[in-house]
Amino acid sequence: MPQVTLTVNGKAHTVEVEGRTLLVELLREQLRLTGTHVGCDTSQCGACVVHVDGDSVKSCTLLAVQADGCKITTIEGLAKPDGTLHPMQEAFREYHALQCGFCTPGMVMSAIDLVKKHPAGLSEKEIREGLEGNLCRCTGYHNIVKAIAAAQDVMHGRRSELARAAE
Amino acid sequence: MNVVTPFEGIGASVRRKEDLRFLSGRGQYTDDISRPGQAHAYLLRSPHAHARILSVDTAAAKAMPGVVAVFTSADMAGLGGIPCGWQIHNKDGSPMAEPVHPVLATGKVRHVGDPVAVVVAESRAQAKDAAEAILVEYEVLPAAVDMEAALAPGAPALHDTAPGNLCYDWQIGDKAITDAAFAGAHKVVKFETTNNRLVPNAMEPRAAIGDYDTTSGDYTLYTTSQNPHVIRLLMGAFVLQIPEAKLRVVAPDVGGGFGSKIYHYAEEAIVTWAAGKLHRPVKWTCERTESFMSDAHGRDHVTRCQLALDAQGKFLGLRVQTHANMGAYLSTFAPCVPTYLYATLLSGVYAIPTIHAEVKAVFTSTVPVDAYRGAGRPEATYLLERLVDVAAAETGIDKVELRRRNFIPTDAFPYQTPVALQYDSGNYFATLDQALETSGWTGFEARRAEAAAQGKLRGIGISTYLEACGIAPSAVVGSLGARAGLYEVGTIRVHPTGSVTVLTGSHSHGQGHETTFAQLVADRLGVPIAQVDVVHGDTAKVPFGMGTYGSRSLAVGGSAMFKAMDKIIAKGKKIAAHLMEASVEDIEFDRGTFRVAGTDRSKALAEISLAAYVPHNFPHDELEPGLDETAFYDPKNFTYPGGCHIAEVEIDSETGRVTVVQFTAVDDIGRVINPMIVEGQVQGGVAQGIGQALLEHAVYDSAGQLLSGSMMDYTMPRADDLPPVGVATHATLCTHNPLGVKGCGEVGAIGSPPAVMNAVVDALRDYGVRHIEMPATPAKIWNIINAGRRPMAAE
Ligand code: FES
Ligand code: FES
Repeated sequence: MPQVTLTVNGKAHTVEVEGRTLLVELLREQLRLTGTHVGCDTSQCGACVVHVDGDSVKSCTLLAVQADGCKITTIEGLAKPDGTLHPMQEAFREYHALQCGFCTPGMVMSAIDLVKKHPAGLSEKEIREGLEGNLCRCTGYHNIVKAIAAAQDVMHGRRSELARAAE
Repeated sequence: MNVVTPFEGIGASVRRKEDLRFLSGRGQYTDDISRPGQAHAYLLRSPHAHARILSVDTAAAKAMPGVVAVFTSADMAGLGGIPCGWQIHNKDGSPMAEPVHPVLATGKVRHVGDPVAVVVAESRAQAKDAAEAILVEYEVLPAAVDMEAALAPGAPALHDTAPGNLCYDWQIGDKAITDAAFAGAHKVVKFETTNNRLVPNAMEPRAAIGDYDTTSGDYTLYTTSQNPHVIRLLMGAFVLQIPEAKLRVVAPDVGGGFGSKIYHYAEEAIVTWAAGKLHRPVKWTCERTESFMSDAHGRDHVTRCQLALDAQGKFLGLRVQTHANMGAYLSTFAPCVPTYLYATLLSGVYAIPTIHAEVKAVFTSTVPVDAYRGAGRPEATYLLERLVDVAAAETGIDKVELRRRNFIPTDAFPYQTPVALQYDSGNYFATLDQALETSGWTGFEARRAEAAAQGKLRGIGISTYLEACGIAPSAVVGSLGARAGLYEVGTIRVHPTGSVTVLTGSHSHGQGHETTFAQLVADRLGVPIAQVDVVHGDTAKVPFGMGTYGSRSLAVGGSAMFKAMDKIIAKGKKIAAHLMEASVEDIEFDRGTFRVAGTDRSKALAEISLAAYVPHNFPHDELEPGLDETAFYDPKNFTYPGGCHIAEVEIDSETGRVTVVQFTAVDDIGRVINPMIVEGQVQGGVAQGIGQALLEHAVYDSAGQLLSGSMMDYTMPRADDLPPVGVATHATLCTHNPLGVKGCGEVGAIGSPPAVMNAVVDALRDYGVRHIEMPATPAKIWNIINAGRRPMAAE
């Protein structure tokens, strides 16, 4: 069986996988990182999004062997060791951008990458378009869009609505 | 001492207690659970819509690597069928046809996806590989896919016990009085429509793990359920014959339900039974494409109706004939959806003197159909609200004015409809006026002209809806054919030092109960929400419960907690009276403090609870130690949320694409506990309603293959398909539950589809369009625009 060496949330792992094992299966079943979810089998829903070398990737669409040598961040690896949430996680909580929570890990990981890749900031329309790869059945996206709009200011070091609300 | 900030109680938008675990990847959904030594199940499903099973050869599969066992229906001979929870009676009083629903297909398959065999193997991949090696010989039979075809004489019969594929032929209301009203009518408006079949598609696919303890003989089922106690009852008593005491059902974090996770499904019974046979845990997780052919679908009605009006546009009577698709087998709630959750709602917000509705429920070679968010009420609302718009167009009366003329007057409550329900409260004029103002209704024509200047067709649509939820009074539903009671159970456990555990039979799968229910306790008992823990979803912990559906958690589950708190307060007063040497009648209680009236002598709840658990100085003659109370609450009536939804759409005439550019919801859901959560519930419901109106459709071909059978083919609403949704509330309180609450989970999905469709029709008014069926896809709209017709001059 092929061996894969990869770093997940800062920890190095070497695991044996089948050729057909998907990255999401390696994460969930072998490393027991069950925060990354599987919501479909056609690469439509984005519940499985993780960061691979800094880019958001649908982990159901990548073979584990393709991630050999990569640095992976999952939802479990976002908060600081002292428990401080990432600004995107904080904004999702503040703006009630999650209900059942199932789409949330993928949504948060996608949103972080989306914001990072648009340092000049995203409009509401651009946020909606940027979420094309993620499905949420609960929220109607209204609050997810608001949360991302607020988090982008914090992530880019601008004074945000979120910060103002907290003051 | 406990101090609650006023911001934690009823009416506060408290941030959710459950969010931290979901945001950090620490939720525990069923598929996240791994039991030591677990094996994996995979179901071989029928590729045919209707076929006789001639033989099943599992020999090769059993020899495949990793395979533990392969089961077919022959191995499950002693098991009961999957039961149906509701019995409807025909017009002639005879009971509905109720064919057996075997756990695994027996003799015949009746829809694509009907399970034929189960493979259990060391890994999921091995189970799946082995399933491919099972040889099933089928004799393919003609399918009965479409309802009209299934009812036609000579149609292929799906079940021997359901002649003509008819489940029931039912009616409500008075036919003779209704016929008389039509005979005297000034005008009769006729309308026909289909309510499109939908796939619920909660983002978490269903999953189940069966576990068996060889020492105790106890079974545990972990499952994606909205109602674990109901599953324990249905599966234990009817399918597997396991006594409740030996069966624990756990529904941990559940990733959305929308109705589809109410029902008892075959897979739950299969993994539990297999765990007992194999003496090891057995896990099954649905793949999404598999859920399209195994989760119960929603809606799927075909209806003809007629509305009688007088010369002033007053409604005189309504006639409705509906065909409702049951699919191949009866799912748990299926028979009650097109009857008691649909036809009883046909009066809507209107004073209609007489209504007669007839419903035929039909078996077809498709996946079973059952409740999906709103369940019957969206179908009734869509029918009425489109019908009223059609009537407005045909009578020339303004559509808002026509509604106002026929609203139930605000002083007419309690209002008895001609279709069984008695509405306790409402003010449809208030929600209408507020929505008209918020949506900028009067300034719309300017926006239409502006859009037209840019080559866009703009339309506005309104829906004034009502629904019945908070289900339901047990005696009433029992007389209507329910085989269960629909009360709820709540336990309030005050611990020795004053923190509180709430045990509730309601189940949260996105609704935020851990927060809202804690707010109820904070508001009444004065305990900070950080010290209130809400436990749900485990039959081993929660005394009993009927679960969450029909927007019932707060109205019924919350009321049970309220009653349990009554008992806590009553007992606390007696303890306080003893400790302060006062008479019980003189003890007042307010948010955590027991006080002797008119004095400064008081005891905090935590002092009382300590005395209750360390009863050195305690009225032992009168009371038992402890401060832990359970209440069952059986509602006196349904609750009746209502309101007004207004959609504004823009159509790109080049592509036919409809965009909802503005959506306004003003809902009367009674008292609001957490406005933030309410807004989220409405927004989510509206998204599903817009999905039904514009995007979603479960389409079968004539052979019974589901064409929109994956997320590639079935259009789920995405962020850029939806507008921001403005939500406001206007409360009239429910008069018969202690909280005054009505329920908010389904209003979004109930009120919105006709608002959107009325707007689409309005946008196309120059094209002579009377009606468009849902979903209003670009292809449909483009064809209308390009049908060779020139736009007709606006009237
Ligand atoms: S699981 Fe749906 S996109 Fe990966
Ligand atoms: S929060 Fe439930 S799917 Fe998004």
